[in-house]
Amino acid sequence: MSQSSEVLMRVTGAVKHFPVRANSLFGGASGEVRAVDGVDLELRSGETLGLVGESGCGKSTLARCLLGLQPLDSGTIEFEGENITNLSRAKMRPYRGRMQMVFQDPYGSLNPRRRVGSIIGDPLSINKTGTDAERKTKVQDLMDLVGLNPEHYNRVPAEFSGGQRQRIGVARALALNPKLIICDEPVSALDVSIQAQVLNLLAKLQDELGLTYLFISHNLTVVEHVSNRVAVMYLGKIAEQGTTEQLYRSPRHPYTNALLSAAPVADPRSADARTRILLAGDPPSPTNPPPGCRFHPRCPKAQANCSVDPPALIPRLEDPPEHVAACHYPVRQGEVLASAAIATIVEEGAA
Amino acid sequence: MTALLEVEGLTVSFGTADGVVKAVQNASFSVDAGRTLGVVGESGSGKSVSMQALLGLARGGKVSGQALFRGDDLITMGPEQMRKVRGAQIAMVFQDPLSSLHPHYRVGDQVVEAIRTHESMSKKQALSRTADLFGMVGIPQPKARVHDFPHQFSGGMRQRVMIAMAMSLNPALLIADEPTTALDVTVQAQILELIAKLQQELGMAVIMITHDLGVVADIADEVMVMYAGRPVEVSARDTIYYRAHHPYTEGLLESIPVPGRGTLRPIPGQPPSVINLPPGCSYNPRCRYAMDRCRTELPTQVHVDAEPGHLSACFLPTTGDWQELRHKVEHQPEESL
Amino acid sequence: MSIGPSAETAAMEVEIEAGMAAGPFPKRIEGRTPMQLAWARLRRDRVAMLSLVIIALLVLTAIFAPVIVHVSGHDPFYQNRDTGLSPAGIPVGPGTRFWFGTDELGRDIFARVVYGARISLLVGVVATGLSVIIGLTIGVIAGYYGGKVDLVLSRFIDIILGFPFLITAIALVSVFQPSVLIIIGVLVFFGWTTIARIARGQVLSVKEKEYMEAARSLGASDLRIMRVDVLPNLLAPITVYATLLIPANIVGEATLSFLGLGVIPPASSWGQMLGAASEGGLYKLAWWYVLFPGLFLFLTTLSFNLFGDGLRDALDPGSDRAMAK
Repeated sequence: MSQSSEVLMRVTGAVKHFPVRANSLFGGASGEVRAVDGVDLELRSGETLGLVGESGCGKSTLARCLLGLQPLDSGTIEFEGENITNLSRAKMRPYRGRMQMVFQDPYGSLNPRRRVGSIIGDPLSINKTGTDAERKTKVQDLMDLVGLNPEHYNRVPAEFSGGQRQRIGVARALALNPKLIICDEPVSALDVSIQAQVLNLLAKLQDELGLTYLFISHNLTVVEHVSNRVAVMYLGKIAEQGTTEQLYRSPRHPYTNALLSAAPVADPRSADARTRILLAGDPPSPTNPPPGCRFHPRCPKAQANCSVDPPALIPRLEDPPEHVAACHYPVRQGEVLASAAIATIVEEGAA
Repeated sequence: MTALLEVEGLTVSFGTADGVVKAVQNASFSVDAGRTLGVVGESGSGKSVSMQALLGLARGGKVSGQALFRGDDLITMGPEQMRKVRGAQIAMVFQDPLSSLHPHYRVGDQVVEAIRTHESMSKKQALSRTADLFGMVGIPQPKARVHDFPHQFSGGMRQRVMIAMAMSLNPALLIADEPTTALDVTVQAQILELIAKLQQELGMAVIMITHDLGVVADIADEVMVMYAGRPVEVSARDTIYYRAHHPYTEGLLESIPVPGRGTLRPIPGQPPSVINLPPGCSYNPRCRYAMDRCRTELPTQVHVDAEPGHLSACFLPTTGDWQELRHKVEHQPEESL
Repeated sequence: MSIGPSAETAAMEVEIEAGMAAGPFPKRIEGRTPMQLAWARLRRDRVAMLSLVIIALLVLTAIFAPVIVHVSGHDPFYQNRDTGLSPAGIPVGPGTRFWFGTDELGRDIFARVVYGARISLLVGVVATGLSVIIGLTIGVIAGYYGGKVDLVLSRFIDIILGFPFLITAIALVSVFQPSVLIIIGVLVFFGWTTIARIARGQVLSVKEKEYMEAARSLGASDLRIMRVDVLPNLLAPITVYATLLIPANIVGEATLSFLGLGVIPPASSWGQMLGAASEGGLYKLAWWYVLFPGLFLFLTTLSFNLFGDGLRDALDPGSDRAMAK
């Protein structure tokens, strides 16, 4: 994966809150869901940036904000140097072709009532590119590129398997020759053997077309495999970020450590050798994030100031500048973190 | 020692408008008390249906074969006897607790109902027992939480409720069907630890159905890999990962990203339609070692390395230097990407 | 006992598993689109096919009414006072001359029933068609835009539904003269609302689907999304409902004509004939005056309803499909 250090997209201070309806069943604080609460991100041309986190961390919301599908409450997004924050639909249109998305659900991301050729050609017809004949040729070329039979142009999605539908989604994303593709859990809904096919396809396309990926997933092993750099999100903020090597070999944030120790690895010897760090409780809801460091209620290393001072996202423990963590008491190499006992739960997850 | 559960020739098929779905064909496996069997497979492998059929939950399907549980055949058992077994001796936990729990009744009441179906005790006693169980599975403030409704729990907590319900009658066997697939990674770790802990404390056997080879590496003692309705390989856990024989198992392991591995080597093609299975070995169109024989004959399970616990349903050599020998027939599979 | 999903779910899961595993509908077998599958299912439904035949016959009857009447020999408006009425002025029963008998003015009931088919089908189809156009438009706008737009439109629909049908019909007809146009107007006035609700519901159910997001991410305009992505999803439910709305409108017209608010003589409609037959207890003497229009009305309504049911089952078979038939 060749990369330059040229910044393709820069996000600064992104904030996105959703108001919560007053008559919520769960009796939580009525107010807002603070889905994205201050995120800075840089995407460099040609790289794959992995974005990991669990449910409620805001990664999907962030992705939608980056594409302009949701307006930001505050913060800026720059694409190729141009400010595209909260542009009107008309002004956003020329950028749409340059950044696209591949969705998670192979069954929901394609309109079941439309033919596949029409779905893939959608970007072309929306942007009125080329004649009908030219579009058809382009669509068939795209189908070929992603490993589909171009003769199946007139079939409906129901006639394709999950893996093939994802390929259709990828073909659709490529139609306007984008620079950036945001992959939102692109393989999570697929069988294991098919996941590998799609991952290989994405890698091949990146090489051939010089694409930049933002790869969002909750699966740490997949992210490690595809990414150059990785960012870990927790409750709307970035907890740690660095190159893949840095993050997976010397994770600084206790949450990253817990995530890595919890992720299942298909290797019994590692599984046996590993001490699993169990976190107390469930991931809390973004309606009511804890004060100070958001992770402190579940953190095995939390001290008094963690509930008061939100830690800054900066390099810790003499780490190089690209490796940053938002933690007052980062984890040292070889340090073993305490694990919560199964029956001990410090904080009840707000349902 | 006789196994706790001994299944022979289990076959499950459904008649649908599009043809006969041969969901499970001639599956044989066993589970010993206190051990965990990991059942691994992808869509259409029959892993879920086979376990549901054991408990008579595959209604509409024709089930044949023999499944001896503590000496009684589950398949030929009458409904009355099956009701006594289900829940009390064999408990099941599913992927989505939201669909297993009734949304309009309090969780405590649901567990109480399950308990009182099998044991005679007063509601008060059963409720107290439920609260104990909730505590055992790590639900905080259990005495209060028994009065809550399912939607008031998060995903992980709901799964704990299901496990509590499953544990309520001290079953000898727990069947868990993808119990953690819908959960976050950290919550998944908690649930798996919980199941392991309970297994140790109660001496329970566990059948864990999953598609995730990472989960299996974590908790299984023995592993059974299923493909297109049949078990293709059975062995102790470590053997599957380090000395897998069946090409499908090999292919699966090579498709998984593992730290340090370069490009993935995916299995080409798709899992087959269980209505129209390819002739011979179901895996042959995708197999890089497929021989002529594989396209016409169905392989039976043979011992690998003459080991009683390691079986593979494959015609490739199973003794000597078989890992090297097979490369002689390696080629591009019939089905490409 | 809550031990897990029902067995129906189990069987369905198998089918889903099998369906997912079926891959690209195996290369050896020609793939069938959902439309083709639905049509095949419909073909197998004998009741639906029979109903379709009857509907086709009715349509032909309506179209070729003049020809048929020419063959049967009597004009629907001509009052056969000498041959069609007894000396006492009582209508003549079914026989070789008047196949269905005559009405109070000696007119041939067969001819009038045949021409009545024209009115019924015309009103049924036109009223339904207009209701669909209006209902779809409003329903889609309400569902797609949501918020205040949806609120206003939904309240509007509720208000319309609050009007009692007959009284409103009577009021409208009394303001304007009774005519086919007025009947259609009244039926459309009420008919579009349910379609709007159905359309709105469907739009709401697809609005959050990922492919809608995908369309927005491609920069598609609202109108385009509605046309290309939303509308095809409405095709099935609206078609089914429209097929069931036609007989409702036919009965609506019959009701109004029965009450003298619709089609007035000398034009004939089945409802009008039934109304005339009930006046002064005429039906006690001329049972044929009730039987034939009634029978045709019944058959028409039944056929459309059965066909609509069959259509719905073909398009949306539900979980029964997993069980062996």
